[in-house]
Amino acid sequence: MPTLTYRDALNHALREEMERDPDVFLMGEEVGVYQGAYKVSRGLLQQFGERRVMDTPIAELGFAGIGVGAAMVGLRPVIEFMTWNFALLAIDEVVNSAAKLRYMSNGQLSVPIVFRGPGGAALQLGAQHSQALESWYAHVPGLKVVAPATPYDAKGLLKSAIRDNNPVVFLEGEMLYNLKGEVPEGEYTIPLGQAEVKRVGKDVTVICHSKTVATAEKAAQQLAADHGVEAEVVDLRTLRPLDTEAILASVRKTNRCVIIEEGWPFCGIGAQVCDEIQHGAFDHLDAPVERVTGADVPMPYNRSLERAAKPSVDAVIRAVRRAAYLD
Amino acid sequence: MSGVKQDAPPVPARRALDAARAAVYRELLRQMVLVRHFEEKAGEAYAQGKIGGFCHLYIGQEAVAVGSLAALRPDDYVFTGYREHAHALVRGISARAVMAELCGKATGCSGGKGGSMHLFDVERRFLGGHAIVGSHIPLAAGAAFACKYRGTDQVAMCYFGEAAANIGAFHETLNMAALWKLPVVFVCENNRYGMGTALERASSVYDISQRSCSYQMAAETADGMDVVAMHGAAERAVTRARTEQVPTLLEARTYRYMGHSMADPIHGHYRTKEELEEQKLRDPIQMLRGQLQASGLLGEKEYAELEAGVRAEVEDAVSFADQSPEPDPRELFTHVVHE
Amino acid sequence: MEALSPTMEEGRVVEWLKHEGDAVVAGDVLAEVETDKAVMELQARGDGVLRKVLAPSGSTVEVGKLVAVIAGPDEDIAALIGGAAVPPRPATPPPAGPTASPPPTTQPMAPVAAGARHLKASPLARRLAGERGIELGSVAGSGPGGRVIRRDIDTLAAAPAPGVAVRGGGAAASAASFEDVPLTQIRKTIARRLAESLGPVPHFFLTTDVDMDRAWDAREALNGLGEEPRVSFNDLIVKVVATALTRHRECNAWWQGDAIRYFNDVHLGMAVAVDQGLITPVIRHADRKTLRQIATESRNLVERARARKLKPEEYTGATFSISNLGMFGIDEFTAIINPPESGIIACGAITQQPVVREGMLVVGRRMRLTMSCDHRVIDGATGARFLGTVRRMLENPLAMVW
Repeated sequence: MPTLTYRDALNHALREEMERDPDVFLMGEEVGVYQGAYKVSRGLLQQFGERRVMDTPIAELGFAGIGVGAAMVGLRPVIEFMTWNFALLAIDEVVNSAAKLRYMSNGQLSVPIVFRGPGGAALQLGAQHSQALESWYAHVPGLKVVAPATPYDAKGLLKSAIRDNNPVVFLEGEMLYNLKGEVPEGEYTIPLGQAEVKRVGKDVTVICHSKTVATAEKAAQQLAADHGVEAEVVDLRTLRPLDTEAILASVRKTNRCVIIEEGWPFCGIGAQVCDEIQHGAFDHLDAPVERVTGADVPMPYNRSLERAAKPSVDAVIRAVRRAAYLD
Repeated sequence: MSGVKQDAPPVPARRALDAARAAVYRELLRQMVLVRHFEEKAGEAYAQGKIGGFCHLYIGQEAVAVGSLAALRPDDYVFTGYREHAHALVRGISARAVMAELCGKATGCSGGKGGSMHLFDVERRFLGGHAIVGSHIPLAAGAAFACKYRGTDQVAMCYFGEAAANIGAFHETLNMAALWKLPVVFVCENNRYGMGTALERASSVYDISQRSCSYQMAAETADGMDVVAMHGAAERAVTRARTEQVPTLLEARTYRYMGHSMADPIHGHYRTKEELEEQKLRDPIQMLRGQLQASGLLGEKEYAELEAGVRAEVEDAVSFADQSPEPDPRELFTHVVHE
Repeated sequence: MEALSPTMEEGRVVEWLKHEGDAVVAGDVLAEVETDKAVMELQARGDGVLRKVLAPSGSTVEVGKLVAVIAGPDEDIAALIGGAAVPPRPATPPPAGPTASPPPTTQPMAPVAAGARHLKASPLARRLAGERGIELGSVAGSGPGGRVIRRDIDTLAAAPAPGVAVRGGGAAASAASFEDVPLTQIRKTIARRLAESLGPVPHFFLTTDVDMDRAWDAREALNGLGEEPRVSFNDLIVKVVATALTRHRECNAWWQGDAIRYFNDVHLGMAVAVDQGLITPVIRHADRKTLRQIATESRNLVERARARKLKPEEYTGATFSISNLGMFGIDEFTAIINPPESGIIACGAITQQPVVREGMLVVGRRMRLTMSCDHRVIDGATGARFLGTVRRMLENPLAMVW
């Protein structure tokens, strides 16, 4: 099976979907002539032309709204935010228009749009360029929120997101774009709303998404080798709708859970997952659910401080040990 | 050219109306009267507690919606803000469906789930009904973008108040609409007051159509109390969009008689009763009626019949709304996502 | 007459609060009894009618002698009144478990009835215990705070220890091995205030051993004059400490954050145990009052403290406090300062001990005092000097008027 980077997996997904459906178009800053700020759209302008790969001025609210308007009348826009930090400028269109038009029109309208771009921290980009705000969007009924961790998931989920008739918030990661993984050549999609067990285990459930999946897998290896603990790693993949059944099935098996996320702790994704667990697997819990999150601070610039602010393999191991009463 | 306040020129006492277009003018008059009556009834229903939340009335501004929508085709797209009952009615949504929606009934054009600010009718290309000031301006440009993308000659028309011309979405959209040459007509319904703030206090430039200069966009200022003038200006803008595929900023100078919404006083805080009375002398309905009568195209009896017909239609809408059922409680959870 | 302290030999009935013919239930206060240290409550140990009072108010009775009879209304008590000494019943704790009588006073917040279970166990452990018929309350929890977790149930199931109650299925739990009682307001206040104290206040402690022979004799002599009210050791200590404070103003102070307030007046707080807690009524201007006034006032304050009838001005504003656990047989202890005061003296019991006097081994009465000082206000030498004065005055009471 060929190996692709996460970036190229996304590129292929865009290409395939634009070939498949003439209503799909890409719009965003630097997506065309520049070949994409992170090169995700490399080659697309050349293949599809200006009509379908549109460079925009720096006007997130404006072009997000244009995307929504186009979707309202039947096109299938893919709107790229250079990062999800800037998407805050457009959040009115995502939340007040895209998410709600179907409901307000009593089902007359649908908004088949994908908003995509990298979210969360990279390296030393500072407080305004490092935010993981997935829970803000996962909060809103009417949106779907997806956060793939691997090239395989990225391609399959982006294709599904584009084909979905709902507005989809698609969260990538600058630190993920170079990640390599196996991606089959043929046509495949991954349904939205399905988590995946990335590693089977019996002692503790470790729930993660996006960049923290790699952290979880590293921790799981160390836990098996050095601590005698077999961790089961569950990659959420879709944050809204949450695959509650997969989460509960795992926790019922292991009786303890650690949730990892890059974002801030208060009202983060982990808080919702925790609630689902305490409610749906109460009698199966042998220990309180542990959470490993980004530090509750704006992201500092300094390298070591930044490292300390991100969820680490050590923090995951400590949390697992707490949940397993090993200390 | 400066920020000096300018009023539109007074309408000539007698404008000779083209007899060949008598039917068109009578229809424009009928639509304005319909809007006027409907809005008065809506105000009444609100005061009776049948309509809740916000209710923004269009009384005094009828010529703008009526005159400009007359320039559109059925397959063109319409986007408005929240002062939209007139646009919905003129676009062809029945008075019944609009009144029922205002009253939150299941028979409303949004199933009772939208309300006064969120009227939708996809078949008639009436795409709302938006409550965040200026938020729908990019949506209209998006629809225009889709028309161009598909290679059709459809047009999108976008209505907003002059206060929305200060918000970011307006500027971002006009820039892109001009840059990409989108077939959209931006109709700025300048009724001089953004809620309680007079235009002079909110805008560095009084002449809204001037803003088109920043974007190298065509623009026109029309007398929003004169439905014939409105119609003419709208036709020019729509034609430009349809044939040249470029946008226009059309400023319609108009005046609202009621407060910003039913919760707002009619006058007193931010405008005087005198000003209101002065503006009413240029009432759009009376002006067209006067012109039709003067041109011999409409007699007293015909006008009385027209009015009676409108009253009946509006009364019918009110009782329809009264008798319509509430939405089923299960509708709370429907249409959140597209299954 | 009950031994209301291990060192009590006799008690003086101060006042009967219940009278012949009154119905009483276990826990009712029958009378106030003065011991060598404090005025204590004599409580009914059972339900019934107070049929006979044998020791009238004011009388002094040896520990163990009959003072009253509680019986059924028609029961024959002739034999008892005949004078047979009833050995003092050791204080028995109230019966635990769901059959315990509810607390007599109402509290503002009582969310859980007495006897309810607050067992720490993981939900999984609970379920497994239920499924396996294991009595959760009898399982030792190895989790944090004694939480019973799965491995505790698993270990148990593997090798059930003798004595572990295994339910026959569905029957209600048998006697609990503990009982959680929700906090009363007074407990919460104590917890909060003293936790606030010990943390921020830098305490240090000074202990001294006081020869109480002269004080003992002086008190006996004074009380022997037969005048009311009788003076207790506590009253004497109040007077001594108050007087000493007038000579050591630097210990009669409040920490105010940005200043220290040295008082010219001495208002002495006395820690009093009340139902479910502790309160410190204040004797104002204790330095200026006579022993008789102090004795009267302290009696009155204690009584009203126990009846929860103190007004705020009566338990606030102390410049210094004392605490006495001697009647409980405590030899010495360290008390926590009541902020914003800067010191407190803790008195232990007066005990007879072998002491050396003029080269000979004799029996002497000793009492240990421990002073807790706020180091921000009082330092070692200052506190030591003050405590030395207190000791001198107790060892030689006339030093008070020197």
